[in-house]
Amino acid sequence: MSTQTATAAIDIRETSKIYGRNRETGVVALDQVSLAIRDNEFFTLLGPSGCGKTTLLRLIAGFEQPTHGEILLFGEHLEGLPPYKRPVNTVFQHYALFPHMTVAENISFGLEMLDTPNTQISSTVKEVLGLVQMEHLANRKTDQLSGGQQQRVALARALAPKPKVLLLDEPLSALDFKLRKEMQVELKRLQNETGITFIFVTHDQEEALTMSDRVAVMRDGLILQVGNPREIYDRPAKRFVADFIGDINILKGRILSKNGAQATVKLNAGYQGTAGLPAETDSLGDEVSIAIRPEQLSFVSGAGPEHLSGSIQHISYFGSGFDYEIVMPTGETIMLQLQNRGAGDHAYTVGDRAHIAISENSMQILAD
Amino acid sequence: MSDQPSANIQPSSSVVAEEKRLRNTRLGLLAPGILTIFCIGIMPLSIVLVYSFLEPGDFGGVSWVLSFDAYVQLLFEEDIFDETLSFTTDYLQIFLRSVGLGLFTTIACLLVGFPTAYFIATQPPARRNAWLFLITIPFWTNLLIRTYAMLLILRDQGIINLALIEIGLIDRAIPILYTDFAVCLGLVYAYLPFMVLPIYASLEKLDFRLVEASYDLYATRFKVLKRIIIPLAKPGIAAGCILVLIPSLGAFITPALLGGGKSLMIGNLIELQFGQARNWPFGSAIALVLMVLVMLSLMTYLRYGARKGAPAHG
Amino acid sequence: MVDIATTARRKIIKGIDLKYQPGFSQITWFCIVVLYAPIAVLVLFSFNENRSVTVWTQFSLDWYVKAWENEGIQHAALVSLEVAFVAMVISTILATMAALVTTRTPPYRGMNIAVAVINQPLMVPEVVTAVATLIFFAIIKQATGISGIGYLIAAHTAFCIPFAYMPIRARLEDMDLSLEQAAADLYAPPFKVFRRVTLPLLMPGILAGAMLAFIVSLDDVIITLFVAGPGETTLPLYILGQIRRGVTPEINAVSTVFLGISVILVTFIFLFGKDKK
Repeated sequence: MSTQTATAAIDIRETSKIYGRNRETGVVALDQVSLAIRDNEFFTLLGPSGCGKTTLLRLIAGFEQPTHGEILLFGEHLEGLPPYKRPVNTVFQHYALFPHMTVAENISFGLEMLDTPNTQISSTVKEVLGLVQMEHLANRKTDQLSGGQQQRVALARALAPKPKVLLLDEPLSALDFKLRKEMQVELKRLQNETGITFIFVTHDQEEALTMSDRVAVMRDGLILQVGNPREIYDRPAKRFVADFIGDINILKGRILSKNGAQATVKLNAGYQGTAGLPAETDSLGDEVSIAIRPEQLSFVSGAGPEHLSGSIQHISYFGSGFDYEIVMPTGETIMLQLQNRGAGDHAYTVGDRAHIAISENSMQILAD
Repeated sequence: MSDQPSANIQPSSSVVAEEKRLRNTRLGLLAPGILTIFCIGIMPLSIVLVYSFLEPGDFGGVSWVLSFDAYVQLLFEEDIFDETLSFTTDYLQIFLRSVGLGLFTTIACLLVGFPTAYFIATQPPARRNAWLFLITIPFWTNLLIRTYAMLLILRDQGIINLALIEIGLIDRAIPILYTDFAVCLGLVYAYLPFMVLPIYASLEKLDFRLVEASYDLYATRFKVLKRIIIPLAKPGIAAGCILVLIPSLGAFITPALLGGGKSLMIGNLIELQFGQARNWPFGSAIALVLMVLVMLSLMTYLRYGARKGAPAHG
Repeated sequence: MVDIATTARRKIIKGIDLKYQPGFSQITWFCIVVLYAPIAVLVLFSFNENRSVTVWTQFSLDWYVKAWENEGIQHAALVSLEVAFVAMVISTILATMAALVTTRTPPYRGMNIAVAVINQPLMVPEVVTAVATLIFFAIIKQATGISGIGYLIAAHTAFCIPFAYMPIRARLEDMDLSLEQAAADLYAPPFKVFRRVTLPLLMPGILAGAMLAFIVSLDDVIITLFVAGPGETTLPLYILGQIRRGVTPEINAVSTVFLGISVILVTFIFLFGKDKK
């Protein structure tokens, strides 16, 4: 093996999509995005609506053509290929099952179009129906199925032609909470069993973190950060990423010294410690934003220079835990989250003075 | 960041090819339909315009001499002997009658059509379809036959007169047929579904939680109707009015059957010029007057009726 | 006690029916009576044994037999069917093509104009269209010397296109574009997408459009009156001629059959239209 990385499943190179005549008057849906998605990876495009994630998916599927740039599938250029000549399949947001066909007919459609021999079609249909546990409903019309069942058929239909890459456009968004949890596990299992590269589009950060090998966070047609779920959550590079995923405290502070990917910082609120440092960052001494997750904070009994302190302004209870809002002397508000471990655990009430400790190595400097 | 961000961004060749293919497909599929309507619907209209400025031929048709006689004839009568012109209201009367009957028909249809549409829209869905079906059937059945049925009823020997005589209210048949009233009745009968259906369409979409909200805010039934329901149904009402007014203005069958020679409308006048009178330029001129009336109604509609709620401008 | 309680509750329920407006149901019934009473009278007297269309004597099918044996009616019916059938086929094909490119492509310059042109016959009074067509055809006849029923069919076709177009377009607008994308994604080239997905799903719309076109052509009086040449008398023209001569139960009989056909077709359209859930 060479030291070169293996060919990417999908290689997107400086790709832009502009709706309208040009950059100035049109809408820039994708802005010179570059991204490599590895073979056999569960990759998620995460971002709010309008961030360009669905556009990117549609460019890969071939429903739309990039205004600029190129997309390679296992090293081969996709330019100019219509959707029906691309060995990728899509699971649509609202499933797009053909209402005039049965479940089996829906699933065999792609194979028929590829002129697969009939015997092979029926065995493949059987196989994928088994994969999604829908054998018993093969001859149903699709409008007689529940949402979850339709979802499975849509998956089976897209998997049947054995695509090189499977594209999933917010496929779980129409399901209710419990079903969605089930399907998350199911999707992960399918991806393991088939070994197909999955590209999954969602605006649900929790979904992205649970299922993905890697996540790309997008906003305004740009990719802000690519990484595995831990990196994205614990070491957000940008303020938007930190804000978009989970709850976060953002406090002001100054960099005292730098050491590679780490820096020593001093918070305006008093605390001094090490924080993660993203690649392109501010010089020493400038005021920076520092992110701390609420669950990395805890109450301590005594005051001290290594602690923050303030008064409790608000407490909210959400079943499995409590959120405390604490106002510090700097005027900054900080949120602290505690697990619910039974009665008597937290003796604090609104108005109390509290001292807070920050877990080791849990601060992260943000680029704007 | 590059200094000229747009300079290096050229649409890739596949985009251009795709657009070209799309354009050709579009053109290929649209052209036959458009062409048919253009040749048989739109181009002839301009020929009508040309014809209205020519002189009538001896046996129908035209002779190619520029003339404004057709338009002069609308308002003035030429004396056969000394060729002087004198003002006449003969044709003006017919135009006014057409406009009057058209407006009257529209109002009558609205007064009956709105409550009907509202009633249907507030029925449970299953029954709603049955009602709608009852309204739709006359919409698509032969207007000539329906007008003939009306004629059977309105005749001197028709059901209405016979019934009135039977109960002793009158002792001789009162002439209903061949009056403006009969024509108006026939027009309402003919175009009532045109009023009900669009109003129904806008009422069906109405969110009745708004009605609940206004009751909650102390509105009475009538106030709810006036302040909430009617304003929200305005697009449907406007569409219904224009759908009744336009065919009423150009009505031909109804006045021909129920108006006879006494209650002529523009449509009959046009037919007369192309039939017995053999004056094609005059017929063309009248047809253009009718077109102008219709355009005026349409423009009024587009200006005040087409948009929701607030009076639109421009 | 219980009884009083239930009636009281019923009264309250009726009292707070928020959608109720006084008098509206009566007006609706009035509307239905106005729409159907004349037709009912017409149908009733087509079965009258007497020559009168006002005084009922005895049930009889004589007038239907007479109408059936009337050669003028037979000929007119055949002309009507021929014209309506050809006009239906051509206008439905043209309307389907036009509907596909006014809904299935991204918006483009001129699309609104195209839609306006297609709907033009609906916006112009039929008398004006009839006059314009008459003049236009007279010019062509004079220039080419060709005559025949083709002119009538062409006029009907143009007039029928917007009617066929409406339900087809409505159906297409209701159809999810992602179905066609899904087919393309599953390796179906454009023609197969159309044949396997678009066309089958569009079929109810096309059938409804075709029937509307057929009815509109079959019913047409005004354009036909102006454009039809000698020997091209359609059934409505024949009926109009007879009415102008005086009323007979024979007209009632023909009209009743005619109405029956329309009602059957409208019922079909209605059922197809309700096909979508």
